[in-house]
Amino acid sequence: MTDLYRRLSTAFGPEVPGLLGFLALVLVVFGLFAPNFLTGANFGSIAFQLPELGLLTLAMMMPIISGGFNLAIIYTANMAGLTLAFVLNQYGGVDAGLWPFILGTVLAIGVGALSGAVMGAVIAYIGAHPILVSLAMMIFLRGLGEFLTKGGDISGFPPWMATLGHGTVWGIPVPLILFLLCAVLWHILLNRTRHGFSVRMIGSNIRTAGYSGLHTKRTLILIYTLSGVMCAIAGILMLSRFNSVRVGHGEALLLVTVLACFLGGVDPFGGFGRVLPVVIALVVLQVLSSGLNLLGANQHLSTAVWGLFLVGVMILRWGAARLSERKKRS
Amino acid sequence: MHSFLRAYPTESKLLAVLLILCAGLSAASPDFLTLVNFTSLLNNNAVNVIWAVGLLVVLIAGGIDISFAVAASVVQYLCVYAFAAIGGGNWAIGFLFAGGFGLALGLINAFLIHQFRIISIVVTISTFNAFFGLLMFFSSGRFLYNLPSWWSQRVILWEYQTANGTWAEVILPVAVMAVCMAATWVLIRRTTTGRQLYAFGDNPEGARRAGIPIGLMQAIAFGWCGMMAGIAGLMQSHITKEVVPNALVGRELEVLAAVVLGGARLGGGRGSVLGCFLGVLLVAVTQNGLNLLGVSPYAFKMVVGIIILLAISTSNLDPAKWFGKGGKA
Repeated sequence: MTDLYRRLSTAFGPEVPGLLGFLALVLVVFGLFAPNFLTGANFGSIAFQLPELGLLTLAMMMPIISGGFNLAIIYTANMAGLTLAFVLNQYGGVDAGLWPFILGTVLAIGVGALSGAVMGAVIAYIGAHPILVSLAMMIFLRGLGEFLTKGGDISGFPPWMATLGHGTVWGIPVPLILFLLCAVLWHILLNRTRHGFSVRMIGSNIRTAGYSGLHTKRTLILIYTLSGVMCAIAGILMLSRFNSVRVGHGEALLLVTVLACFLGGVDPFGGFGRVLPVVIALVVLQVLSSGLNLLGANQHLSTAVWGLFLVGVMILRWGAARLSERKKRS
Repeated sequence: MHSFLRAYPTESKLLAVLLILCAGLSAASPDFLTLVNFTSLLNNNAVNVIWAVGLLVVLIAGGIDISFAVAASVVQYLCVYAFAAIGGGNWAIGFLFAGGFGLALGLINAFLIHQFRIISIVVTISTFNAFFGLLMFFSSGRFLYNLPSWWSQRVILWEYQTANGTWAEVILPVAVMAVCMAATWVLIRRTTTGRQLYAFGDNPEGARRAGIPIGLMQAIAFGWCGMMAGIAGLMQSHITKEVVPNALVGRELEVLAAVVLGGARLGGGRGSVLGCFLGVLLVAVTQNGLNLLGVSPYAFKMVVGIIILLAISTSNLDPAKWFGKGGKA
């Protein structure tokens, strides 16, 4: 057992076995107490709900690993969704074909990348704190979105777009496939590329990274640009899931994405963090929420439980760190 | 003058920007530089300033608090039920209860941060979710209107009828704001504890080795922030005459932006009450000016975002250098 634990932690990082343990615990508890929990339908609904939060969490994750933050993720996603919606409506709305969709998607990703690049540039060249810069960008994008839509919904998209939000391929939900692809991409980016290495070094100590010859400014811009691109993908997915766009969709998810990152063992000070534990943390959160839902609790109670759960996990990590320290001493 | 620029570079810059903005708006709109507009600006922003000075203490001590606005909502609910339970109450009891509940919620944050050595942003994001989720769950999202009459009745401290017949008035929250600002100023500038808070925020490990009780520092910082949040919650319901569970959620980030704009540093050790006040005022005056100029309200936020971005972007300029032989401030 301890051997398995050790092998898991060396292969996937120290957070993974603990999180898998939590997942198993949650599955067993809800399996025993919640009716219809261990059914295909329930897991199907989890698989459809997970990707939205998942993509946004990936967008939040890269800046956090670099020691920053991106509080503008929700509104970047909304703006990207709006862009796609505008293009589709320009080309016939419900009757729009594939080409407008492709054009809209490219423009939406461009919008996400642009907002990220501006943030990255301000952070890199002016040296302002990422929380403040992304906060300003968040307020700006929300204002811009509300200005363009007058606070209303935009809908009327071609029906085949529902495949993206609600379809399945070989029984696997399309959103889940999209999310897994993005997660793998992020994993490769962070662990196998020069950019990923720079991200972690900047998160550990930006000055040392700079003196060591890393182009920290360019890397910072790239980090926020990529984060913006991921937001755009999330925005497009949200559009096809709700079949409408409204500025403020998913607002409540902002701090949940941060919560998921920390739960997945991303260091709040930056420098450390892996994609796999974050994905498992996301699954745990979503399973918790759907289990509570089946027990008759509403979304708000799940929010509270998520918060308490994070505190609980942090306390357990503190306890584990103290235990191992004591072992080392004796 | 020079020494003020040296000691408060951010504040003086902010003041300059604010004065230019005010001058421009006075020229552009006849309604801007009036007593009525000035007092309504104060009335409308008192709650934000109270939150801001609370958050300031946490930022000085090197922490961050995301949960205070939600904590204020929780305090409002607790207060309604507590006042009903004791059969009414009055302002003295109101402040005691609101401050006390807020303090308790702040101390929960401080306890988790200190006891388990969890970084404050993780703790307060957790408690943000926990407070908000539990509040929405137990209140079922219901609004409360049955506030005691002393609480919901408008208290006008000063009023004056201007020449064209409109009334300029200053209401209770403004006085409370002034008291909170003064109290915070005394705490951080005139007591040993205040100096210790700055030292702790600047270098926690150094402060610990110098013999500063760090647990107490966290308790004071987050307790103070919680207490201010509670009092601000009491004032907010006093103005709106109702308690709405999700009315305040989301305000925390705007207050945070204003405080940091006012020179408090994320990371600790810097910040002033004056800066807080100016930061809140800059955002408020901008919105007020846009309103008077007839700009669509949908565009407000957009411009506020740009203003904050510009303000940060110019924050590397050093005005002390412009006046005489400045050197590094």
